[in-house]
This record gives sequence, structure tokens and C-alpha cells, in this order.
Amino acid sequence: MSYTPHTDLERQQMLSAIGVTTIEDLFEAVPSSHRFPKLDLPKPMSEMEVAAELSALADANEHAGDFALFRGAGAYHHFIPSAIGHLVLRGEFLTAYTPYQPEVSQGTLQAIYEYQSMMCTLTGMDAANASHYDGATSLAEAVTVSLEVGRQKRKKIILSPAINPQYRAVVRTYHQGSNIKIMGDSGRADIADLIEMLDENTAMVAVSYPNFFGQIDDFAQLAEKVHQAGALLVMVVNPTALGLLKSPGELGADIVVGEGQPLGIPLGFGGPYLGFFAVRNEYVRKIAGRIIGETVDKEGRRAYVMTLRPREQDIRREKATSNICTNQGLMSLTACIYMALMGKYGMRKVAELCYHKAHYAAKQIDDLKGYVVDMGKPFFHEFVVKCPMSVASINDKLIEKGIVGGYDLGLDYPHLKDHMLICVTEMNSKDEIDALVEGLKEAVA
Amino acid sequence: MTEPLIYDLGAAGRRGVLLPDCDVPETPLPAELLRDELDFPEVSELQVVRHFTRLSNLNFSIDKGFYPLGSCTMKYNPKLNEDMARLSGFAAHHPLSDSEGSQGALALMYSLQNWLAEISGFKGVSLMPAAGAHGELAGILMIRKYHVDRGDTKRTKILIPNSAHGTNPATVTMAGYTTVELPADENGDVDLEALKAACDDTVAGMMITVPNTLGLFESKILDVIKTVHECGGLMYMDGANMNALLGAVKPGELGFDVMHYNLHKTFSTPHGGGGPGSGPVGVGEKLVPFLPGPIVGIVEEAKGEDDSPLYGWVTPEKTIGRMKAFHGNFGMHVRAYTYIRIHGDQGIKDITRHAVLNANYIRVNLRDTYHVPFDRINAHEFVLEGHFEGIDSVHALDISKRLIDYGFHPPTNYFPLLVPEALMIEPTETEDKATLDEFIDVMKKIAAEAKENPELLTGAPHTAPVSRLDEVRAAKQLVLCCRPIPEWAETTKSS
Repeated sequence: MSYTPHTDLERQQMLSAIGVTTIEDLFEAVPSSHRFPKLDLPKPMSEMEVAAELSALADANEHAGDFALFRGAGAYHHFIPSAIGHLVLRGEFLTAYTPYQPEVSQGTLQAIYEYQSMMCTLTGMDAANASHYDGATSLAEAVTVSLEVGRQKRKKIILSPAINPQYRAVVRTYHQGSNIKIMGDSGRADIADLIEMLDENTAMVAVSYPNFFGQIDDFAQLAEKVHQAGALLVMVVNPTALGLLKSPGELGADIVVGEGQPLGIPLGFGGPYLGFFAVRNEYVRKIAGRIIGETVDKEGRRAYVMTLRPREQDIRREKATSNICTNQGLMSLTACIYMALMGKYGMRKVAELCYHKAHYAAKQIDDLKGYVVDMGKPFFHEFVVKCPMSVASINDKLIEKGIVGGYDLGLDYPHLKDHMLICVTEMNSKDEIDALVEGLKEAVA
Repeated sequence: MTEPLIYDLGAAGRRGVLLPDCDVPETPLPAELLRDELDFPEVSELQVVRHFTRLSNLNFSIDKGFYPLGSCTMKYNPKLNEDMARLSGFAAHHPLSDSEGSQGALALMYSLQNWLAEISGFKGVSLMPAAGAHGELAGILMIRKYHVDRGDTKRTKILIPNSAHGTNPATVTMAGYTTVELPADENGDVDLEALKAACDDTVAGMMITVPNTLGLFESKILDVIKTVHECGGLMYMDGANMNALLGAVKPGELGFDVMHYNLHKTFSTPHGGGGPGSGPVGVGEKLVPFLPGPIVGIVEEAKGEDDSPLYGWVTPEKTIGRMKAFHGNFGMHVRAYTYIRIHGDQGIKDITRHAVLNANYIRVNLRDTYHVPFDRINAHEFVLEGHFEGIDSVHALDISKRLIDYGFHPPTNYFPLLVPEALMIEPTETEDKATLDEFIDVMKKIAAEAKENPELLTGAPHTAPVSRLDEVRAAKQLVLCCRPIPEWAETTKSS
């Protein structure tokens, strides 16, 4: 199988036009010692055979189509309206390139502009870019922006330990070549402790809203203190929660980042996802990534175009603050369509369903002998359960009942050994929740 | 043709998708934590479908026509790939599922790691980076950690030819290194003397695109690699142009230490209007312990012929760390796996052979009409100059815009920077001769128009949904969001 359409005759005609005899003659610039190596790959297959092989691989996974899923921890199972798939699969969106030629890319450009607008509304920020790779890389890019805003003089980055551990790991990967100090997340620091760490060398403080444990921290003092110290407040947020909760803009955030996957993007074993990135106006010229702006064409018709281009790597080269070249184009389109379909009513409704169902589950579980739910702070759709035995052994029993249990927090937080992070969304029916509660009960019986 | 904004289509109280009623007892919402009403569109499903369908009609795409966009490899994206990525066993699989319950996904990633390693002659592959630039960052961070790990801390520079993509120098800066740019010689190759002069014990490595952005195989590539290795530097290959190398040469065998693949170019995953991409990295022996991870490994060998091994996550010993949350753009891995599987050994070789055939065919047919600065056998793409003697008003951009009127996407403009008025043309292997002939005819017709009626070019496009845009206005009167700022925003800002 191959997607090359050439016939023998055409190949011959083309070779004679070029003035060579065989296709191999076109490769003489490749050192002969290394030309045409052996390629040890499987034999070609037909479309039918490949589809069968892939289906078998897909079926070997314990996925949310077959199992009741109560795992979140950064990736969330939500309802995806049918219209999304049909629209996103349109070749005009799917097989277009980056909109460098705006005259023939208005579809992509306007969709991103609408996405940016909705992300501004959701986060309470003035401007959003066309996206980064995921929530984690958005946070890493926020660090870069805060260093720029601090004129590279402020070198301290304070991260809350209640930010997704993988995000914090990515921040460290990105910035391992620079001489900044990343701190705050080695122990159990709460918001008040983070405020204590502020000084004139601090470029930013990042917190998670809701935090990795599903909880909503008290941010009453935070923005004021961070701004008094001359630093930026970065919030890592869950977009579903923002259908219900106060926007980060209202809480005083300067940069809002997060994972857009809950906005209509399938779990997909972790990607491709959508890193959203929104800021207050004063920082827009310092951010990385593609930004779409409104303008007019020669006839004065409203149109959209990539703007503030001189920030980007293809123009600024070694002076650019980020090398990002792609965005998660199709994923931002997906989120845009999702937010339009859900609309004002649906965004709120999804968030409320998550909230009610998670609280229903938490109460039932807290009533079980041996299990304690942390009810110390308000929470959204995830909560922490202290278990009477190892999370792995409980999950092994749950999977036999067709349930994917919560995330084992002990993997990332040594002091939370035997603690499970349970996520409940609108996808979990009352029956599923009751089965989970029953399963947890039986696991210790 | 102007499509209204989605916000402008709504009416207060209209609903799109309905959700079920709550089937559990409700818990009072914490009033002090709630937001004001969300200022979102209120539209019906049909309005959404029509709006985005009409928007899609304003786009050019591979599915619609020929896309000779140099350095972007706009090949056909097989439909099968999309169906495979959407199988619910993949699409609805949680990334933090237990390994035992993820054997299908892990087996797929394991095979893809091995196939990519085999195709490029490397010892290890990590699928984690999410795009080419992301792979570049991973690669340069690996080079950095390799030197640091050896206690060799005085290396601060990365050498880059002046024909490089902008991502290369930007990557170097992100990784905390300094870029040293190298000139090209008169053949478009790296100037070997300049390279030798630049090589010393402060050089951490070199980034180079093969074939280079002029579409030429570096004729002295082995000398380049040897020179950099002799001063203790490592060699990074930008794999953007890998479509010219499949089955033709393995970068790992040439001596490269690390490269990234662009699954969205070479392995046909769709560009999606600018992403998502996928940029796995392959490495030679030296850098295997530094790969970003975790990656997929076999944690328990198969017990017999009919048994499968147990796959699991393995963290390379001296890893540079995670490049993103979870495991990379897995959906792109599924598509690339499908693509390699269907082609097999012979098909993979055929891709490159026909990509190179197509590009050379266009070049020889246009070289009498346009100036081709490096007129020798090229790889999968080539560069010509988009201007004509004595016609000062016509630039490469005008030729590009005029192509739109004829139903073709423009080539890449003004890159690489060392060719004036560059038009970079990459047809890919999936185009047939008739399409190439049509494109050649149109390019000749446009050259004639430039002489007879240059306004046809400078005023182009004439048939696109919009004419040329006022980009200066977009940057000066910055409008990035169509919604008014809420009142509270003004008050929190001034505080």
C-alpha cells in the first residue's frame, strides 16, 4: 500500500525530463558509503489488515468506553457533543497549514479569534494566545514571561506544591539551562507559606485553582501580597470549574494557564491536548505563541490575521523568548466549538453536575468504615480519600468490577501514601457512583 | 464574504446542547465562590454547525488542492489514520491508567519507537515531545546534560548554519546556550573552513538541517560531523526534511547524535491549521540515558511464542525530565503507526524516492522561467527566486498571492533568508504528474503576466474570500478579543 500515484510511464517521463535514468540517480549527493541502507521494517499491509490490527490494540486498553472511570488528576472524562467530531474532521480544517496566508485561511483565523475571545471571558483576562502544547508547557512558558517582566533580574519562581506534579516537573525541564531558583513545592506549603516566601527577587508565584487535590484554596490575601512584592500571580486553572467559579481575573491573576482538554477533547491517552494561555493587556507583547488579531482587507472588510509577529522565532530567531512554532490548532478549534455548543447555559450546567455528583460521592465514601474524605476545604469535582489499605490493591479489586478507581497520590506525595484522588464528572451516573462506593466497601471487607 | 462572529449569532436564552438532569441529591453551591453569569454565545446546534462549516469553506487545505509549501511537507493525510485515532480504545483511554490496562497503547508506542529508530539509525527514541520545536528543545537539553554530566561545563555555544529554521537559534537560547551562525559556501553547503575556525572546546554542538533548507544534501556532511565531533561537540539533526531521507540514508549512521522527527510532516499526521504536531527525538548510544521520559519499555519478556511481553514505563537513567504532561501527543502516534504499518519497508522507501522525483521534475521545468540559484539535483524541495529582471514592482509575495487565484496554495516565501525573494517549493510524493504539470503551466503563465500586466500579481489574490490584509493595523490597533472587559476587571487592575 502506498499513497504515491505515479504510474511506470509517468515515472519514466519525469526521469527523462530531469535527465537521469533511474530514481536512484537522484541521490548521488548522499555519501555512497551510507546510501540506501537496509530498512528492517514489517512488510506492507492492506488498509483492512491495518484496521484490524489497530482495533485489536485499542481493545486491549481498559478505557472509559467499557469501564466506569473515576480518575482525573489532570485529564478528565467529559461529554463530547457529536457535532464536534463532524466539524473538526472537515478536511478544510484538518488538512490546512498554519494560517501564514491569511487570504485563504480566514476559517482557521476566525475560529482561533473566537477561541481567544471565549478564553478571555472564561478566565477574566484581556488577551489569550492561540495555545501551547498542554497545560504543563503553558506553565513553563508563563515562567519565561514572568522572568521577562522582571527584566531577568528577578530569579525566584515560587510554585505551590498543590500544582499538578507533572506540570512542576516540566517547568524544571524547560528551565534547567538557566540560573533561576524554583522553590516552594518541596514540602506541604499552603497559600500563607507561599506568601511568606515572597521577596524582591520573586518573579512569580503560581497556584492551582482548583488545586491538584480538587480543592479551592483561600486566595483572599494572595494577589495583593504578590503584587506588593512586584511579582506576577499565575493561576493554573481547570476550565470546567470556571463555568461555575469566580474567574481568575477577578481573583487578581496576571497570567492564567491550564489544560483545555476538558473542553471537548478526548482523553486520548494524554494527547494531543490544549495548553491555554491568557494574560492581562500589559503583558501581551511579552507572551509566546501565535496571536490572532482583527483587521480589514483592502476593501475594508473585517478579517483576521496573525499579529504581533515580531515576537516569534521565525522572525526574532535567537532573540525570541520561546521556540514555539506550532499551536494546538485543531484542539483550540475543538474547544471553540465545544464552548459554543455548550454556551452560557451548558458550561454552567456541566460544572454544576460535576460539583453535585462529586459531593454526593464524597459523602457516601466518607461514611464508609475505614475511609476518610478530606472535607477541610471546598472542592470542585475531585477529592482526597484516605484509604485503609494501599491504593493499588483497592484499584486492583475495583477493576474487576469494571471500575477504574482514583489516582494514587502516594506516587507523587510521600506523605499521602494510601491516599486516593477521586474524580467524578457528569459522565458518572448515580449507579456508577453507588457501585464505586460498594466496591470500596467490599475492598476492605 | 464575511462570516459573523459566533457571539453575534446568539439570542438570549437559546441553548445548544442539552445535558441530563442531576440524578443525585444536590449540594448547596458555595455562593461566595461563584462567578457572575458567563458571557458566552447562546446559539443552537444548527447555528454552530453552519457557522463552522462556512468558516471551513474560507480555508485552503490539502483535501482541496495542491499545497507546494516548502519545508512543511503538505502530503496527503490518509483518512484511515483519523479513524484509527478515534477508536474508543485509544480516544477514551485515560493517560494515568495502570500499565496492565494499557497494553494496547503501550505496545503501539513501543513499536513506533523501534520503527522510528530503525528508519533513522538510532539506538533510542522518546515520543514525548509535542512538536518539532519541542523536540529541538529536548535534543539541545540532552546535549547540555551530556556535557554537564561529564563535568565539561565550559561549552556554551551551538553552531548553526545561516540557512536554519528560526526554531533552531530560538531553541539554543531557551536551553541557555549561545548561537554562533555559520555562513554557506557558494554551493549552498556549510562553509567547512568557517566551521573549522569556529570549532573549539567551548562548542557544545551543532544543529543542522539535512537536506538543508535550500533542498540540498550537504555534500560534505561527513566532514562536518567529523569536525564537530573532533572538538568534542555533538551533532543535532533537524528532521524537518526527513521526507527526503527515508530509506535513502540513516542520520544515525552518518554520525548524528540526536534528531527530532516531525510526525506531522514526514509521517502524514494532519497539520490541523497549525497543530497539533508531534516531535519525537531519536538518539545515538551516548544520549540514550538522557532521553526525555518516561518512555515505553518491556518490563517482562514474553514467556513463549504465543505470549506477549508486558510493556511498561521506563525512566532513562539520566533523563532530562518530562517535556510535557503524560506521554506526548499519543493521537499522533496512532496515526504515524498506521502510516508506517500500511507502507511497510518498501512503501517507506517509495515515499522519499517519489518526493525527490516530484521536486526535481518541477525544478527542471521552471528553471528557464525563474532563476534557480542552486540549480543542481535537489532533494524533496528547491528554492527559486520570485522576481524578474527589470520588473521591480513584482515580488515573491505577489507570485504567491497570484497562485491563489489559480487554485494553488503559495510556496513558502522569503525563506531561507540567504536567497533573495525566495520561493521554496515542496510538492511531496502524493501529487500526480498531471497536478505538477498544471502547477508548472500556471507558474509560467504568472511569469508572463508579470511582464505584461504586473497589476494582476500585485493586486492578487482576486478570487479569495478576502483580499490582502492590513497587517500594520492589526498590530497597531490591537483587537484580540471581541468581548468587552467586565467592570470588575477595571477595578482589580488599578488596585
